[in-house]
Amino acid sequence: MADIAADDFAILPVGRINARPLAIDYNEAIVRKSVIACVFWGLVAFTVGVYLALELTFPVLNFGLEFLNFGRLRPVHTSAAIFAFGGSALIGSAFHVVQRTCRTRLFGDTALADFVFWGYQFFIVMAALSYVMGFSKSREYAEPEWHIDLWLTIVWVAFAVIFIGTLLKRTEPHIYVANWFYVAFILTIAILHIGNNLGVPVSFFGAKSYSLFSGPQDALIQWWYGHNAVGFFLTAGFLGMMYYFIPKAANRPVYSYRLSVVHFWSLIFIYVWAGPHHLHYTALPDWTQTLGMAFSIMLWMPSWGGMINGLMTLSGAWDKLRTDPGLRFSVTAVAFYGMSTFEGPVMSVREVNALSHYTDWTIGHVHSGALGWVAFIVFGMLYYLVPVIWHRSKIYSVRLISWHYWIATLGIVLYITSMWVAGIMQGLMWRSYDAHGFLQYSFVETVQALHPLFLIRTLGGVCFLFGAILMAYNFWMTVHDKSTEPTGA
Amino acid sequence: MFLKQETIEKSAVLLIALTLVTVAVGGAVEIIPLFTVETTIERVHGVRPYTPLEQMGRNIYVREGCYLCHSQQIRALRDEVERYGHYSLAAESMYDHPFQWGSERKGPDLARIGGKYSNDWHYAHLKNPPSLVPETLMPSYQFLAEHKLDYSRVADHLSTLRIVGVPYTDEDIAVAVQDLETQANAEADQTALLKRYPKAVAVNAKPGQITELDALVAYLQVLGTMVDFADASQEQLKQ
Repeated sequence: MADIAADDFAILPVGRINARPLAIDYNEAIVRKSVIACVFWGLVAFTVGVYLALELTFPVLNFGLEFLNFGRLRPVHTSAAIFAFGGSALIGSAFHVVQRTCRTRLFGDTALADFVFWGYQFFIVMAALSYVMGFSKSREYAEPEWHIDLWLTIVWVAFAVIFIGTLLKRTEPHIYVANWFYVAFILTIAILHIGNNLGVPVSFFGAKSYSLFSGPQDALIQWWYGHNAVGFFLTAGFLGMMYYFIPKAANRPVYSYRLSVVHFWSLIFIYVWAGPHHLHYTALPDWTQTLGMAFSIMLWMPSWGGMINGLMTLSGAWDKLRTDPGLRFSVTAVAFYGMSTFEGPVMSVREVNALSHYTDWTIGHVHSGALGWVAFIVFGMLYYLVPVIWHRSKIYSVRLISWHYWIATLGIVLYITSMWVAGIMQGLMWRSYDAHGFLQYSFVETVQALHPLFLIRTLGGVCFLFGAILMAYNFWMTVHDKSTEPTGA
Repeated sequence: MFLKQETIEKSAVLLIALTLVTVAVGGAVEIIPLFTVETTIERVHGVRPYTPLEQMGRNIYVREGCYLCHSQQIRALRDEVERYGHYSLAAESMYDHPFQWGSERKGPDLARIGGKYSNDWHYAHLKNPPSLVPETLMPSYQFLAEHKLDYSRVADHLSTLRIVGVPYTDEDIAVAVQDLETQANAEADQTALLKRYPKAVAVNAKPGQITELDALVAYLQVLGTMVDFADASQEQLKQ
C-alpha cells in the first residue's frame, strides 16, 4: 500500500504529463467516451430537472401532454442523473483507475469494454424512452420494465468481469484502496438490482410484469434497494473516485491508511441495514424500523471517516485550493458529503422523520448529496481527467472553472435552503391545529404555501445547469483549442 | 486480528468474498424474518384481490407514476389519522404487486380515497384538476379518457398475479373479461361480481368504449374501503 501510494502519486504535474512516456498502453479511448457521455447526460439530467421544477412552480407547463407529465418525466430526471450522469462517470473512472493502479490494460481488451460502454448507454436510452412512452414498474429508482432490467444485468456482469479480471491480472502486489470501493459498488449493485427487480412478466412479448413481492415485504425490499443505491452507487463508487483523484490532484498520499480500512469495512457493513428508515410509522413491523434507525445513526461515523480521510489528504497542500479550482470542486464535494451524511442520520430518527417524511426536506437532502457530493466530485475529477486523457497541457480556462464553481455552489445553496424551508413548513402545517382542536390547514393550502420556495428552487437549478454548460464549453475548447496543445509535442 | 487487511488486499478473491459476506448480513437479517414472522401482516377481514377492472386501473396508476406525488400509506400519527382516516394496515396492501406506499406528497395521501368523492367528481378532477381545485399542481389526465382500455389479456394478468401469490380462483380467471365489463357498466346486474369482490364500485363507461380513465376511477374508489374497522378488534389491528 505504502509503496504504491509513493510511486503512483509521484506522477508529474498535469502540465507535463506527456513528458513521461506511458510504459503501458492503457485503454484511454474508453475513458474518453465515458467522459463525453457523462457530460452529455449531466446536461440532460439538469435540464429535465429544471423543467420538472418549473412544472411544479407553474403546472400549466405539463401542457396536458402525456409524455410531458410530471409522473412520466420525473423518472427520466432521476435515471439521467443517477444512472446516466453518475453511472457514466463511475464506469469511466473505474476503468481509468483500475488500469493505472494495477498497472495493466483492462481485462477483455477493447471489445469487452466497448460492449459495456455501448450496452450501458443503450440501457439508458431504452429506459428513458420507456418512461415517457408509459412503461414503468413504479419502483423508485428502478422503474425500467423487466426486459430492460435483464439487459442491464448482462451489461453489469460484463462490467464486473472486466473489473475483477483486471484486478486478477494486476502487476502490483496490493489492491489500491479506491478499488476496494469500486469492487463493493459493482458487486452490491448487482445483488440489489437482481433482488429488487424479481418479478413475473405477463407475457413474453409484453412489457408488463408483476413484482414477486407485495405490501410490507415489497416495501422493505424496495428500500433495501433504494437506500443502498445511494449507499453503493452514489457513495461507495464515488468514494473510490475520491480516493484516486484527490490524492492525484493534490499530489499528496491518502491521509490515513488505517482510517480507510476501518471506514471501508464498517461503511459497507452498516449501510445495508439502514433501508427501513424510509418506512417509519408505516405498516412495516416496528422492530425493523427500529433496527433501521439504529444502524442509520451508526452510519454517521464511517461516513465521516471517509470525509476526514478525503479532507486531510489535503494537509500540506491547502494552498492549492487558491490556484486549482478543479480541486476546489473535489474538496467542496467532500464537505457536502460530510454534511449530507450528518443530515441523513438526523432525518432517520423517528421523531424527526415524522416531520420530514413525505415533504420536500427529503428532496433537499437528496440534492445536497446529488449536487453537492456526487456532481461536485465528478466535476473535480473531470477537470483533472480531461487534459490527462486527451493529452492536453491544461484546461482551456481556469477562470471559467472558477465561474462554474461559484455559480454551481450558489445554485446548490438556493436549492437546499429553499427545500429545507419548504419541507419543514409543510410538515408543520400538516400537523398544526387551530384553537378548537381541528386541523388548521387543508392539504391544498399547504401546497399553495410552497410556491415561492419552488420558484427559488428552480432558480437554483438554473444556476447549476448554467455552470455545467460553462464546463462543457471549457472541455470543448480544452480538446480543440491551440492554446492547450501539449508543450514540446 | 487473525485476518490482516494486508492479506485481504493482496488477494482479489479474498477481497470479493469478504465484501459479499459483509454486505449480505444486513439485508438477510431484516428481510428474511418478514416472510417468516407471522405478525408481519395482521389478520383482518375484508381484504380481497382487486377486481379485473380495478387491477387494470391500478396498472394505469403504476404506469403513470402517480406514486411520485401521492403516497398510499397513512402513518400512525394523530394528524394523519384525522386528515386521512385510520392508519394503514399491512394487510391492506398484501395483494399490491408492487406496493405503492410512495415517498413524497405533492398531493394528498390516497390510501383511503375510496368512497370519499363521487365517480363524477373523479372523472371531472382527473380530466381537468384545476376545475375543482384551482391551486392544484396536478397535470391533466384527459388523455386517459381518450385511450380505450386494452383488456384482451386481463385473464393472463390475473394468472400472473396468481403465480406471485394473489389467490384468484380458476373461476375468477375464467370470468375475468365478463367481470370487467360488468363493473364498467353501472346498469348491469352486479350481484355475481359483488359476491366475488365485495364493495366493488361500478363505473359508467360508454357501452363498448371502456377507457383507461374508467378503470382508474374503479381502482381509486376501492382504495382503503375493504377493511371494516367497526368489525376489527384492537388485538387484530396491533402491528
